[in-house]
Amino acid sequence: MALILDLLVQGAQMAVVLLLAPLLTGFVRKIKARLQRRRGASVLQPYRDLARLLRKEAVVAENASWLFRAAPYLMVAATWVAAALVPTFATGLIFSWSADLIAIIALLGSARFFLALAGMDVGTSFGGIGASREMMIASLAEPAMLLIVFTLALTAGSTQLATIAELFTRPEVGLRVSLGLALVALVMVAIAENGRIPIDNPATHLELTMVHEAMVLEYSGRHLAMIELAASLKLLLYVSLIAALFVPWGLALPGTGGGAYAVGLVTYLAKLAVGGVLLAVFETSIAKMRVFRVPEFLGAALMLGLLGTLLLFVSRSL
Amino acid sequence: MTVVSLACVAVLLATAVVGMAAGRHPAGRPLVYGLGLVATVVAFGSAVAAMVAPPAAASEVVLPLGLPWLGAHFRIDALSAFFLAVVNLGAAFACLYGLGYGRHEEAPHRVLPFLPAFLAGMNLVVMAADAFGFLLSWEFMSLASWALVLAHHRDPENGHAGYVYLVMASFGTLALLLTLGLLAGPDGGYAFAAMRGVEREAGMATLVLVLALIGAGSKAGLVPLHVWLPLAHPAAPSHVSALMSGVMTKVAIYGFVRIVFDLLGPSPWWSGMVVLAIGGASAVLGVLYALMQTDLKRLLAYSTIENVGIVFVALGLALAFRSNGMALAAALAFTAALLHVLNHSLFKSLLFFGAGAVLSATHERNVERLGGLIHRMPATSALFLVGCVAISALPPLNGFVSEWLAFQAVLQSPELPQWGLRIMVPAVGGLLALAAALAGACFVRAFGITFLGRPRSAAAEAAHEVDRLSIAAMAGLGVLCLLAGILPGTLIDALAPAAELAVGGRMPAQQAVDWLTIVPIAESRSSYNGLLVFLFIAASASLAVLAIHRFASRAVRRAPAWDCGFPVPSPDTQYTAGSFAQPIRRVFASMAFRARERVEMPPPGDPRPARLTVEMHDPVWDWLYAPVAAAVGWIADRMNRLQFLTIRRYLGMVFLSLVGLLMVIALWP
Amino acid sequence: MGDLTFDIAHMLAGGLVLLSFVMLYQDRLYALLNVYALHAVVLAASVAWQAFAQDAPHLYVTAAIALAFKAVVIPTALHRIIRRLGIHREIETVGGVGPTMLAGMGLVALSLAVMLRITPEAEPLAREDLAFALSVVLLGLLMMVTRRNAVSQVVGFMSLENGLVLAAAGAKGMPLVVEISVAFSILIAFIVIGIFLFRIRERFDTVDLHALDRFRGERR
Repeated sequence: MALILDLLVQGAQMAVVLLLAPLLTGFVRKIKARLQRRRGASVLQPYRDLARLLRKEAVVAENASWLFRAAPYLMVAATWVAAALVPTFATGLIFSWSADLIAIIALLGSARFFLALAGMDVGTSFGGIGASREMMIASLAEPAMLLIVFTLALTAGSTQLATIAELFTRPEVGLRVSLGLALVALVMVAIAENGRIPIDNPATHLELTMVHEAMVLEYSGRHLAMIELAASLKLLLYVSLIAALFVPWGLALPGTGGGAYAVGLVTYLAKLAVGGVLLAVFETSIAKMRVFRVPEFLGAALMLGLLGTLLLFVSRSL
Repeated sequence: MTVVSLACVAVLLATAVVGMAAGRHPAGRPLVYGLGLVATVVAFGSAVAAMVAPPAAASEVVLPLGLPWLGAHFRIDALSAFFLAVVNLGAAFACLYGLGYGRHEEAPHRVLPFLPAFLAGMNLVVMAADAFGFLLSWEFMSLASWALVLAHHRDPENGHAGYVYLVMASFGTLALLLTLGLLAGPDGGYAFAAMRGVEREAGMATLVLVLALIGAGSKAGLVPLHVWLPLAHPAAPSHVSALMSGVMTKVAIYGFVRIVFDLLGPSPWWSGMVVLAIGGASAVLGVLYALMQTDLKRLLAYSTIENVGIVFVALGLALAFRSNGMALAAALAFTAALLHVLNHSLFKSLLFFGAGAVLSATHERNVERLGGLIHRMPATSALFLVGCVAISALPPLNGFVSEWLAFQAVLQSPELPQWGLRIMVPAVGGLLALAAALAGACFVRAFGITFLGRPRSAAAEAAHEVDRLSIAAMAGLGVLCLLAGILPGTLIDALAPAAELAVGGRMPAQQAVDWLTIVPIAESRSSYNGLLVFLFIAASASLAVLAIHRFASRAVRRAPAWDCGFPVPSPDTQYTAGSFAQPIRRVFASMAFRARERVEMPPPGDPRPARLTVEMHDPVWDWLYAPVAAAVGWIADRMNRLQFLTIRRYLGMVFLSLVGLLMVIALWP
Repeated sequence: MGDLTFDIAHMLAGGLVLLSFVMLYQDRLYALLNVYALHAVVLAASVAWQAFAQDAPHLYVTAAIALAFKAVVIPTALHRIIRRLGIHREIETVGGVGPTMLAGMGLVALSLAVMLRITPEAEPLAREDLAFALSVVLLGLLMMVTRRNAVSQVVGFMSLENGLVLAAAGAKGMPLVVEISVAFSILIAFIVIGIFLFRIRERFDTVDLHALDRFRGERR
């Protein structure tokens, strides 16, 4: 019975992330529009876009291979699995031990690997430019992310997200310089990984500096829907990750019953809303960088992660 | 067990003789590769049996060969059993691949005799239990592989590669000779059993460590001793390249582990730092080099340097933990190293086989003239993709597991008491992460340019799938990559005796954990379940496909590429390997290799094409090898005069050196 | 002294190190000045917290001085200088942000290792503070070394001085007189450098120190 309940909670988590992801994207777009004094589309617009794309036929380039058609599904699968393992409204889910934080990052790496390959499949220059730049960004963002993980893992003595989140709800963790550094670095990495301004502009389609949109230029119909969904899931994953690590209060601990889950869900929605507003404000107030400024931006995140790890390594001796 | 393995070696040596006799005969190829396949499969089985049930200490075999008072000692313990398994697994697949691929060989009589000899040499190195036998087999292995590098000796590039390889191999063997001589000490205890447990002073231990690092590291391809590797490995036929990259570097790692972890005994704490620094540098520089290459096989060879670096980082961690008495953490790091040894031998062999298939289908190694092969070589490209995902350390394949274990070992290191290590380990952890991310970029580029897009040459356009035996060899390796990725617990348990032998500790048994999860320390600290991750991905991907094809549209229309409205039919408009690497070159290589770009844009009205030239310098070559080579050349010029002396002067020189030596003996305290 | 006291002091000192890195990263002059002002504000907060933690009221004076001079007066003055020199659009060519940041990391590691090693018996609060202070000083020096523009060298010098103040506040029993005199000497140094800036500019029509090297015949 307990097993069935655990499975249900895990299933609920998977459903929640899948259903909420487009809403978060729509919400951020809406807030951005309001900040720019536009009315903006409804927050439900991403759902309508997805439904429309799913109904359309897929136009595939003549020389596209099976990889081009398989990659969107693989991306969604890898991102979805990763998102299902991040604590959203509850922690200590039944499958949460099947992959720790390092594995979650690597799963996102797999999704990116296939997206970059799909970008190169048709053999157009836009796909190549996008793939090449995406891998350049990833080559800095991934080590930065791993160093952040080191910082968190050394503080909590674990790379399990559930354990870290549970530990951080307790007051004895206190304020830590390294955690502050990790937060700043994590936000920088999250911005880069999700292709938000100032790294990449998710709203542009005709700029030579675009990265993500250049890779998916050839996609249409249901494949494009999958890719949009994966991108939304990734954004949700990062917001949830930051929320679970740095504002873990309200997470339902394992075995605390239905009331705690309800509280967890409400606080989770509130955290998502705050995260979305902050992202929109940040994006509105900053201009996009040149592509070759991005390494400096991410290099700074890398340094912060390294600094945080270093401080922890050293202050262990105190 | 030892006897069975020795018998396999004897069969391999006999096969070499057969190869010499029947080298030019069409029946020679299936005969040699078939015999090799059988012998290596049997040897693999015996090695696995030795791993599962480690033989008693009495299983040492002494043959009346070599030095009369010493004989040739052979012994299989847990460590050599593991490396024997790696060697013979790779060798068996190479033989299987060679059965099909060897058909394209232009000079089979230059390959067939040496390949079995090479395999026998590698087996003997791992089994040898005395210094003499070890060095002799090491040199035998080097020379056999050197002959294979020169199989296509008419190509001037290969001649150069063979020359550099010979010089570096002799240098490495010299270092190993000195290492083992120092270990044997003045009493000449050349058997490994006699070397163990001898008390050594710190200075001696340091010297042994450095020499072993030079000797084994030059064969394994550690920076800065790697220069021969990217020249020699690609020059050989592809299945031999796979053996050299996937297996021979592992034998070199075995040499290092045997000497430093087993024979040397306790080592100073900073020895871990040295190994960590060299390993980290090799990992990052290796993959950066690989990212700049356009020759597919050379790219793979450089990526070998990266993976050897990763192994050495894990070994350095194991050394650091061991010298501080942290047996559990040392076992974790050491297991990570061994697991990566196995994983790398699997996916690197697979990738070299794939490169060989591309080479035999298109006669082209330069990726700038390939492209679109996924349509013409579907099986090869799918299997090559498996290798690319595995080597990029992406779950759920095997490369990720060993890197994950290495990261877990890094996270154990704040407990280390030394400041130097504590500051260095997080930095090396960062380097490891950087190498992993760059490897992802490198293999997106390798696969994307070679197999995706549109063909960039007529040869790529006319490519055709390779024969079934080659595909079978690649498929076998691909399946093993997946299995090692989703069932790592079994492997970790199998490695426990080897870890116990080397670092005196073992990881907790993984067999007892539910659901085939791996748990390095404790479940609350970290766990990973490759099987579940794989099942989850497979299930959710199929779910998405099913749901969409059931409830949404499944219509597909083929149309010309969109390309923002301006599709150009010429395949020259695609992104090339050079342009793909450009952002990374600008970010990393401008510092590491002093890469500079120069654009020559003719003025308007001038019909000449614009040119972009990229200039890169290899810092290792410029600062280490070029001065040494110049010095050697200078000395050789001066010594040249010695060739034209009179007899009297020659006699005088001999006389003088004799007197000099006698004086040394007289004055020696 | 509770855990929270330590945590907040640690956080503020760490924030100073972080801001020093931001200054290293920042190559626009106005933004650099703003970061510097923030640096001074965090310094003032850190010193004030030390005053509270150590129950040493004279440190409040130091904090006030830091806030008034370094966070308000000097940045405003530098703003005016930049405007009058007309170099506010100048973007400095630093010798590569990446290598500089790497060198900075190395310096932080070095200062942590050195400080924590030579002060094993001091109390943790002072130890960490001293380690961070040394990092800030070294990063300030690094900034002076890697910048070409005289104004940003001045900022590097000032941030170096902030590190000294942090160290002084962390060490118990530093008399107020010393701190005030340090503050004044900094002010005087600032004035002298300010005058020099204008003199350099009058002579050479630039504040790029490259030009000075050229006049000494050192480079090319």
